[in-house]
Amino acid sequence: MTDSETPPPFRILPRLTDLNRDFWTGGEHGELRFLRCQDCGTRIHPPVSVCHKDHSKNVKADAVSGRATVATYTVNHQMWMPGPEVPYVVAIVEIEEDPTIRLTTNIVGCAPEDVYIGMPVEVVFEKQPDGDDAIWLPLFQPAAEKA
Amino acid sequence: MAAEMLEKKACITGIGQSEIGRRLYRDPLELTIDGCLAAVEDAGLQISDIDGLSTYPGMAIGNPGFSGASATEVHDALRLELNWFDSGIETSGQLGSVIKACIAVGAGLAKHVLCFRSVFEGSAQGAGGRQSIGSDGGSGFRASGPLSWTLPFAAPSAAIWIAMFAQKHFHEYGTTREQLAQIAINARKNAGLNPNAIYRDPMSMDDYFGARMISEPFCLFDCDVPCDGSTAFVVSHVDHAKDLRKPAIQVEAVGTALHGRPSWDQFDDLSTMATRDAGAHLWTRTDLTPADVDILEAYDGFSFLTLSWLEALGFCRPGEGGPFVEGGQRIARDGELPVNTHGGQLSAGRLHGHGFLHEACVQLRGEGGARQVEKQPEVAVAAAGGGNTCGCLLLTRR
Repeated sequence: MTDSETPPPFRILPRLTDLNRDFWTGGEHGELRFLRCQDCGTRIHPPVSVCHKDHSKNVKADAVSGRATVATYTVNHQMWMPGPEVPYVVAIVEIEEDPTIRLTTNIVGCAPEDVYIGMPVEVVFEKQPDGDDAIWLPLFQPAAEKA
Repeated sequence: MAAEMLEKKACITGIGQSEIGRRLYRDPLELTIDGCLAAVEDAGLQISDIDGLSTYPGMAIGNPGFSGASATEVHDALRLELNWFDSGIETSGQLGSVIKACIAVGAGLAKHVLCFRSVFEGSAQGAGGRQSIGSDGGSGFRASGPLSWTLPFAAPSAAIWIAMFAQKHFHEYGTTREQLAQIAINARKNAGLNPNAIYRDPMSMDDYFGARMISEPFCLFDCDVPCDGSTAFVVSHVDHAKDLRKPAIQVEAVGTALHGRPSWDQFDDLSTMATRDAGAHLWTRTDLTPADVDILEAYDGFSFLTLSWLEALGFCRPGEGGPFVEGGQRIARDGELPVNTHGGQLSAGRLHGHGFLHEACVQLRGEGGARQVEKQPEVAVAAAGGGNTCGCLLLTRR
């Protein structure tokens, strides 16, 4: 978790649906979850109720490790909207279990200039308190050293 | 039997533009009608000759000022009697509307299609201070659709999304900001000779590096300038293009493909974009090759997009866009491949793709005035879009 004393920045939050709820609220249980075809194992993102590989409708969310790699990133200096203090890092990360699944996200927990392409990162959730519709945004921080 | 390539039955017979300015505070429908009437007159046609209408994106959606007029508004304002009409944003880039018009005349659905694209982003964003996403406090608003995957991460702008493609290109191929700067500097040099351009003062490499950073590696001068204005074309069937006022510009081929995922962040190769598929597709529909092309008018909503089009269209190999533009001589008006001869969107204003097609026609007609490429161009490519929405046209003098 990022510094729990600091309230999270303003963010425009996603509208929750039956399909995306697991993704946006898995963080409550510390889990990064993606829809997955229960017949062929293919992960599906953004969430769609039909598997793109075998067209099975037997899809269900399950958790991945939360480890990922920075595929690319930018240090953003422009204040486009209320939100995190500039400069902040927007990145596209590829999840460890299936690098074809990517997330646009923020890299936190390090200086912007320390981010690099190929950097190993791990998920850290930012809870946006919003009553019953709270969501847990999957941000990423430098991965802990492997033992 | 091979399928007939219907776009080869199409040509551009009229071009027109309204007043163009940073902030005109004029009715966008009036600007649109100005552009449309100019194009019809340029073709030597009457409004009553127009039997088709096509526009991008149509009904107002997206950012303030993104759509200056819908097809319905122009249809009614000019009391057109149409055999075919179309609008929409889910197409092959901003010029997708013109490409569809080419197919429509090729299929005999219309003889003369009026195509237009209007923006008034300059005024809309300038009115009452800069309007930005979430400035209403965002209370209760929740994002859905594709934006719901980027807005929560404070990534609301194509500047950020395309900066990440550029960064990947820099990482994989060693592309530099000095190279990218040449696209902006070249555009400004050409804009200096275009009386309708927004920014015309010369830009040096020092100016470029002195500009504030937007989203690395993009500084302010890598980003185009919002403006107000309308661009219009008449796309005619070749059989109905004889004896018109101006020599027709022949559509030789179009590129519309999108094989990768239609997504900014899920696209398979983050160092290319949909430019890759549309550019490659173009050359499957013609016997001409990149070596035959005299000028390139290629989208520069962000400088990197022009570089991406250079590679996608085969003017250099993937990854070699940086060295291709290095020093700027090759893409200058007197270089081996003049690029964005009107100043592009970076300096002439964001007419959203249609400015490039307009300029390609101007140059092929030899009407460029002070900015006319000296050796009369015979073959041009106009390419628009980036990210997950791209399309292009190959044009020749008839």
